[in-house]
Amino acid sequence: MPVLNIIQAVNDALKLEMRRDPSVVVLGEDVGRFGGVFRATTGLHEEFGPDRAMDTPLAESGIIGTAVGMALYGLKPVPEIQFADFIFPAMDQIVNEVAKYRYRSGGQWSCPMVIRSPYGGGIRGGHYHSQSPETHFIHTPGLKVVVPATPEDAKGLLTSAIRDPDPVLFLEPKRVYRAARGEVPEGEYLVPLGKARVTRAGHQVTLIAWGAMWHEADQAAREAEAEGIDVEVLDLRSLQPLDVEAIEHSVLKTGRAVVVHEAPRTCGFGAEISALIQERCFLHLEAPVLRVTGLDTPFPYTLENEYLPRAPRILQALRRTVTF
Amino acid sequence: MRRTTEPRELRRRENGAAKEAAAPKAEAERYPLFRLLAEDGAGAPAESPLADGELLSLYRWMVLSRQLDERMVAMQRQGRIGFYIGAIGEEATVLGTAAGMQPGDWIFPCYREHAAALYRGMPMAALFCDMLGNAADLMLGHQMPCHEAWRPGHYASISSPIGTQIPQAVGAAWAARIKGEEMVSLVYFGEGATSSNDFHTGLNFAGVHKVPTVFVCRNNGWAISVPRERQTASETIAQKAVAYGIAGERVDGNDLLAVVAATRRARARAAAGEGPTLLECVTYRLEGHSTSDDPKAYRPVELVEPWRKKDPLTRLRRHLTERGLLAEAGDQKLLAEVKEEILAAIKQAEAADPKPPLETLIQGVYAEPMWQQREQLEEVRAAIALDPRVANPRHQS
Ligand SMILES: Cc1ncc(C[n+]2csc(CCOP(=O)(O)OP(=O)(O)O)c2C)c(N)n1
Repeated sequence: MPVLNIIQAVNDALKLEMRRDPSVVVLGEDVGRFGGVFRATTGLHEEFGPDRAMDTPLAESGIIGTAVGMALYGLKPVPEIQFADFIFPAMDQIVNEVAKYRYRSGGQWSCPMVIRSPYGGGIRGGHYHSQSPETHFIHTPGLKVVVPATPEDAKGLLTSAIRDPDPVLFLEPKRVYRAARGEVPEGEYLVPLGKARVTRAGHQVTLIAWGAMWHEADQAAREAEAEGIDVEVLDLRSLQPLDVEAIEHSVLKTGRAVVVHEAPRTCGFGAEISALIQERCFLHLEAPVLRVTGLDTPFPYTLENEYLPRAPRILQALRRTVTF
Repeated sequence: MRRTTEPRELRRRENGAAKEAAAPKAEAERYPLFRLLAEDGAGAPAESPLADGELLSLYRWMVLSRQLDERMVAMQRQGRIGFYIGAIGEEATVLGTAAGMQPGDWIFPCYREHAAALYRGMPMAALFCDMLGNAADLMLGHQMPCHEAWRPGHYASISSPIGTQIPQAVGAAWAARIKGEEMVSLVYFGEGATSSNDFHTGLNFAGVHKVPTVFVCRNNGWAISVPRERQTASETIAQKAVAYGIAGERVDGNDLLAVVAATRRARARAAAGEGPTLLECVTYRLEGHSTSDDPKAYRPVELVEPWRKKDPLTRLRRHLTERGLLAEAGDQKLLAEVKEEILAAIKQAEAADPKPPLETLIQGVYAEPMWQQREQLEEVRAAIALDPRVANPRHQS
């Protein structure tokens, strides 16, 4: 199997799906001739031409708004938002249009598309190149939200997202875009949406993460093991649909859970997971569910290490949980 | 499936990108390029809006801007700052517009106008502290480099999201009029921003309410990899003013004299209650979009070469020389002084602690931090005490 990074895996999935299905098109700022500022759409313009790999003017509402029309008319658009921080000009189109089209037309139309966007911090990008806006979209019924952590999942999940009947926000962890490398199956490869992945089996505490923070969780679990703490690590992969069974299954076994995300804590997805756990596993819990998260502040520039919930802070939470 | 249905017209225009000047059509004729100084700087200008002293001073500012950009790019390559975005080739546009306004006027910058911040009195060392995001940074290390703000000079805070500053500039000038004060706002943006919703709403609001704002579009030909021809089907940016019922002017953005004269005209109209102006400054981004970008991947060098010959600095230098204001020796001296000034300011900035204190994490989220911020700050502090890697990933225990 070839070893790819996440950008290459995304590119591979896009290429294969565009070959397989002529209705799949990509559009966005710099995605056509240049192949995207992160080069995720490299080669698509050359192979599929300017009708299927399109440079757009600089307007996110235009990118998503036209993608809505394309989807209604039978294309399968895969718009790119250059950085997740710049998704907000398209908020109205996404929240009020993309997410509600099926519902409001009584199912006469639907609006399947995959909005790809690099998200997250730790790249010295300050608050306009670092945000993790997943919660806004999970909180919008009608949208699915998928966040791969590895190249293999990036390919498999993106392929499934493109074939999905519903609109999907596909958030790509840009901090590990190139750093995360791994074997990726060649040819058609699907990973179903809504299935979490147990990346490390353990019995003492369940550690839940996704995207770039999964790598930090994995690191923390290794360090915890050296201290004799036995951690089960769950990579959610998809936040909506959420694999609540996998969470329940693991926490019923361990009785303890720590959730990690880089978005601010208040109303972050950790709050939802924590609520679900106490609703479903209450009598099995040995300790409060802890959240290791970004702060309730904008994403800072210089002090980004202090802000990010990296392995050392996760490790401390694991210790606190098991000694509670 | 057919290979393409992309309009042939679009491709034709794009292939003609190199010869933009060779496409004078109806609108381009309605909005002719206003120019005072010949492209090579030779001969007497059609008119001279600046006295000798002002002219020399602005030339010095332009030299400083260029030196600043070159030095910052070098520092980014050396890993001393994290990022840089500059104005190489666009100096006449930035400084000519800044100089055409009055000191009390507010400036809403885009992200290439650092020289305008300095022109408005921001100390150079303060600008460098922003680049470093260090303990002396006025922005408290909150923003990435090149997002400075300087309130004493009425130079507003920079945001990365494209176009957001445009309606804000309109609001400030509107407020000044409501309060009965004579203040004209000036807002910078690239031609890419003319595609944004905020460009439309900003110009529309200003048109409807005759707000005294000068909209400066630095048309530098590129929005990262997207050439102007793929940004808008309009022949000019200036003509977009028609639809908003406001004045539009197209200026040679590499001609300092023309930029100053046109800005003053626009400002005078605004101050006289005649409404806003969209000023299209035609210039060129000679370098990559920023230090994160390598234009070789999308922009043939042949497109850039003709514009290097139209360098606004070379052009003005020739004019100054012919006007007898500058000799080779004087120019060398000026350059040496500017370099010295920059190096001294860098030294001063680098003397500050590289990291702002931990409390800055929660400062400015609200007027006063709430329990969440206070509690979380203490959590981080305690985490660092237990494990220094929290603050410094390279720390070896
Ligand atoms: C809303 C938004 N979308 C995308 C970006 C990413 N981006 C940064 S600069 C840029 C191009 C801007 O071009 P232009 O407005 O012409 O200004 P220039 O950089 O040429 O001065 C893009 C797409 C952004 N900053 N904000």
